[in-house]
Amino acid sequence: MGSVMGRFFSRGFRGRRRPREQAESDRVPPGQYLVDGFPVLSAGPTPRTPLDRWDFSIVGEIDAPKRWTWGEFRELPSETFTRDIHCVTKWSKLDTTWEGVSVDTLLGGAETAAGYVTAFCDGGYTTNLPLEEVTGGKAWLAFAYDGEPLEPEHGGPARLLVPHLYLWKSAKWVRGLRLMNGDEPGFWESLGYHNEGDPWREQRYRGD
Amino acid sequence: MDEQRLDGNAVGGLLGEIFPFEMTSAETACAGCGATSGVGAAMVYAHGMGTIVRCASCDNALIRIARHNGGGMGQYWLDLRGVAYLKIEEAT
Ligand SMILES: [Zn+2]
Repeated sequence: MGSVMGRFFSRGFRGRRRPREQAESDRVPPGQYLVDGFPVLSAGPTPRTPLDRWDFSIVGEIDAPKRWTWGEFRELPSETFTRDIHCVTKWSKLDTTWEGVSVDTLLGGAETAAGYVTAFCDGGYTTNLPLEEVTGGKAWLAFAYDGEPLEPEHGGPARLLVPHLYLWKSAKWVRGLRLMNGDEPGFWESLGYHNEGDPWREQRYRGD
Repeated sequence: MDEQRLDGNAVGGLLGEIFPFEMTSAETACAGCGATSGVGAAMVYAHGMGTIVRCASCDNALIRIARHNGGGMGQYWLDLRGVAYLKIEEAT
């Protein structure tokens, strides 16, 4: 009994309760339900850009624009991370594991006065974010899901992953980031969806 | 391959909620490539966030429609930036 109490107290006092030990219900934002599968939503044909024609660039308000080929991108230091994801169509999926390059690594301390970023993609999709929502360890350019190369249906070869916001901000088939002084609504943000998209504040639609 | 791709007739009901005409027989001109076609011949993607009607020639998004409850009020958002024109026949 003493050891049980001791474990309880040590865990409580150190505050190290890990996400997977939390009750699942604490991890589901308001209005969401859990799924086991990984739904695919299509707003257009699935792009299939060959890796030898793929590149990723950072352009716009930056002192020196950046560009990587696929080979150069895969040489960058990457991280494996596990996060919950939340789609505005109300499904959430817990403990999804990805591998990707942090947006901090891509920016690499570049000089910019930009406050916003627009992600642009094969197929013409765009989404807009404040720069501070994709820096500080909050966003990645992900190239693997569940230990496998990211499938085209899920945005492969690489997608943005910004798991603390609704998943439409995690642009599939992303090819670059445009650093901007002003904010410009993207594909869904210009069709009545919320500009920020925080699932914990249930920011689904403009006006929420 | 794209299981959510439907033909243009699939959007007739949704457009019929907005326009008082039979819209699948309306003619569109693509603002991207200039191709003209009936709405019923375009490609429709029924995404969970909205319905996207794309040009069958170049995949440009012709019409984008979202129907949701922003601010607690049911509303339609209609974006026609991708069409140069829509020609709609009056009902006879
Ligand atoms: Zn076209």
